[in-house]
Amino acid sequence: MTGWRARLLFFLALLLGWQALYSLHVWPPYLFPSSWSVATSLGLGFADGSFPLAILVSLRRILIGYAISLVVGVPLGLLIGRVRLLQETLGTVILGLQALPSICWLPLAILWFGLSEKAILFVVVMGAVLSICLSAVDGVRNTPPLFLRAARTMGAEGWPLYWRVILPAALPAIITGMKLGWSFAWRSLMAGELLYVSLGLGQLLTLGRELNDMGRVMAVMLVIVMLGLTVDRLLFAPAERRVRERWGLNLGS
Amino acid sequence: MNPKLEVVGIRKVFATRRRTTEALGGVSFNVEAGEFVCVLGPSGCGKSTLLNVIAGLERPTQGEVRMDGAPVLAPGRDRVVIFQEAALFPWLTVRSNVQFGLRLLSLSARERERRVEEYLELVGMRGFERVYIHEISGGMKQRVALARALALNPQVLLMDEPFAALDAQSRDTLHAELQSIWAQTGTTILFVTHNVREALVLGTRVLLMSARPGRIKHEYPVRIPRPRHIEDYALVDAAQEVLADLREEVLRAEEEVGYDRLAR
Ligand SMILES: Nc1ncnc2c1ncn2[C@@H]1O[C@H](COP(=O)(O)OP(=O)(O)O)[C@@H](O)[C@H]1O
Ligand SMILES: [Mg+2]
Repeated sequence: MTGWRARLLFFLALLLGWQALYSLHVWPPYLFPSSWSVATSLGLGFADGSFPLAILVSLRRILIGYAISLVVGVPLGLLIGRVRLLQETLGTVILGLQALPSICWLPLAILWFGLSEKAILFVVVMGAVLSICLSAVDGVRNTPPLFLRAARTMGAEGWPLYWRVILPAALPAIITGMKLGWSFAWRSLMAGELLYVSLGLGQLLTLGRELNDMGRVMAVMLVIVMLGLTVDRLLFAPAERRVRERWGLNLGS
Repeated sequence: MNPKLEVVGIRKVFATRRRTTEALGGVSFNVEAGEFVCVLGPSGCGKSTLLNVIAGLERPTQGEVRMDGAPVLAPGRDRVVIFQEAALFPWLTVRSNVQFGLRLLSLSARERERRVEEYLELVGMRGFERVYIHEISGGMKQRVALARALALNPQVLLMDEPFAALDAQSRDTLHAELQSIWAQTGTTILFVTHNVREALVLGTRVLLMSARPGRIKHEYPVRIPRPRHIEDYALVDAAQEVLADLREEVLRAEEEVGYDRLAR
């Protein structure tokens, strides 16, 4: 309860500080809007339908891109984690590519796919798939040797060993990778939409800048934060907590 | 007739880039069907290595292990191992853990269920079927591990210091239960420990291992009547003799560690 109260107080103080700073007129309102004008923009955006539309478009893109990333990344990681040769070849390449911020794929994507939906999906996938894959590799490689030995003395080898021991042992790492992948996908999508794509939250931001409407810019930023947080809090955090607890990985707390 | 288990001249040398360690220096002994043999030795003398070789999890550098006369080349469910850490799978319930090995056999679901119930009953864990592993104590984990192993009807049960991490009370209880389970099932057991009294409580025979490189140094038949308890007079007495021999080996082991440090 105190946690809640402290948080509430903190946010109230933040809001008050903002308002106080605004009242002092240190910066002109078009650079530093009042919290009220941000709230109005937010309300207006939802009222005229532009925010809901942008949210739907962005969500649709990320869902498709993220689904592709999972379907490609998890099996690939499971494979690479188990096959030495793949690890030394493909694994190294993926590790290297991860150093590339995903938005750097955009020029290539545009040359390949044109200014299309496919190009942005490609960027989203490149943002998410590598970390999803690498986490799965990690999970497989870090299967506790004790589990493997116990399973083998009970007669498990080959496919049953993989399916019944290595895969479940890797699950916490896979879920962590999924969570990481989601946040990378979200970032990549926003970056991509900011740069060129029609509709979507990123474009709404660009539009706000072009209209010099700081209230709107901040309102859109708020929406982006809220969406990212909601998915993390409602989906990934509980799943991660449950799995880590059952797998006995939370002994510290 | 062949003995149940023959261990013939097992040497095991671990070679890493920095140095080679001779863990086992020629270990030989037999285990007859239905025996409860305890292997006793100081820490680091190669007990786990020996058990892993017998289990087929490690290849010996030299020598051979035979089960009913046939050489052991790979792990198999005729030689199930129980480790110091119970090694239960945390993503499975108690019931599914016990079923783990059974699922790899072509058993009917009913037969599988029957065996799960039978062996959970045997180790006193009925009623915990739906519980996950992180919810039970260390002693209970070892009971479940025991049920999981026994459900496979192994020819030899290999136990690697399974009670070493438990508190004294749980260990006492499990000593009593393991004796009665052995009497009921007639399973051949090879039990490894560094604790003299534990070896004497459990074994029909105790094999004393020397410090590294491990060899069988002595053999003591144990004729104290069962059920034995760790505080029994006769047992404490018998322990004195073994302890003197063991102490020698512990000192040698420590000396060797000292040399290792100097050599590094
Ligand atoms: N995989 C390995 N690689 C190198 N050395 C090992 C390995 N396993 C065990 N050893 C060494 O072999 C010796 C015996 O180990 P172990 O069988 O675990 O002893 P114990 O179980 O009796 O305590 C130890 O000195 C240990 O360091
Ligand atoms: Mg050991």
